Amino acid sequence: MKLTIHTSVLPHDDPDASLAFYRDVLGFEVRSDVGQGRMRWVTVGPPGQPDTSLLLAPPAADPGITEDERRTIAEMMAKGTYGWILLATPDLDEVFEKVQAGDTEVVQEPTEQPYGVRDCAFRDPAGNLVRIQELR
Amino acid sequence: MCPPELRRARIEAQRLSDLARLRRVRDRTDREYAQPLNVEALARGVNMSAGHLSRQFRAAYGESPYAYLMTRRIERAAALLRRGDLSVTEVCFAVGCASLGTFTTRFTELVGMPPGAFRRRAAQAGTDPAEAAVPAGAADPTGAADPAGTAEPGIKVEGMPACVAKQVTRPVRNRVARV
Repeated sequence: MKLTIHTSVLPHDDPDASLAFYRDVLGFEVRSDVGQGRMRWVTVGPPGQPDTSLLLAPPAADPGITEDERRTIAEMMAKGTYGWILLATPDLDEVFEKVQAGDTEVVQEPTEQPYGVRDCAFRDPAGNLVRIQELR
Repeated sequence: MCPPELRRARIEAQRLSDLARLRRVRDRTDREYAQPLNVEALARGVNMSAGHLSRQFRAAYGESPYAYLMTRRIERAAALLRRGDLSVTEVCFAVGCASLGTFTTRFTELVGMPPGAFRRRAAQAGTDPAEAAVPAGAADPTGAADPAGTAEPGIKVEGMPACVAKQVTRPVRNRVARV
């Protein structure tokens, strides 16, 4: 059996803002962009890795989600407790400098953690936590 | 007069933007905990009064901004003490606490033992990084107070991304260690 992790999903609340962040700040390529208004599904991914994508999707698009649940999801996104992702790079400082140069909200500067990794963290425009770990 | 659905939408939009402000306060605490930060400074940063911020933050996150800040500091302090090359006083200042008394009290509350005892115990336990990532209490056959400050029994962190291990073993104010 051969399986790959093909697509992970993060919610957006402003597709243009999220698209700009992943494309212009993180340097991802845009692989598809369907839908309109807030109901947009944008697939992005790191150049040179066509097998792995990140789908930026409208939250709670499933019609089985109730109004209350929808509101809770929106509130958790605003609070910053809903979506998150872990990325990795061989050059953490270079990435951090680039991200910090924009108006991105930094949550943690590059830090040597007691459990043996060096990482930093920031928010994407939808409030998702993006943590980046140094490969070494 | 505006229609009720429009009013509801406006109220909800306001609520989301208030929550995003609280998120910025929490993120700033994570980012700048080692600075001489206090609730007044955090509140000024988002144009709120300290009292209003404390109430709203607690309603959103279940603990006050002060408790969150101190938990963050104690968490880092435990990591630095485990390293063993700094004294308790040095660690206290390194994590942004101005008072050794407050630091010691809070540390003891959250971790279950005073920082000096924690440091000695960590030195005896050795500094195997793999061991440090596992809640030490889980590996402690005596079942005594947990020197990692992670009094959550039975959590296995092996194989988890390190940042997740950190999150699930983080001391939480609402689950204060029993002393």
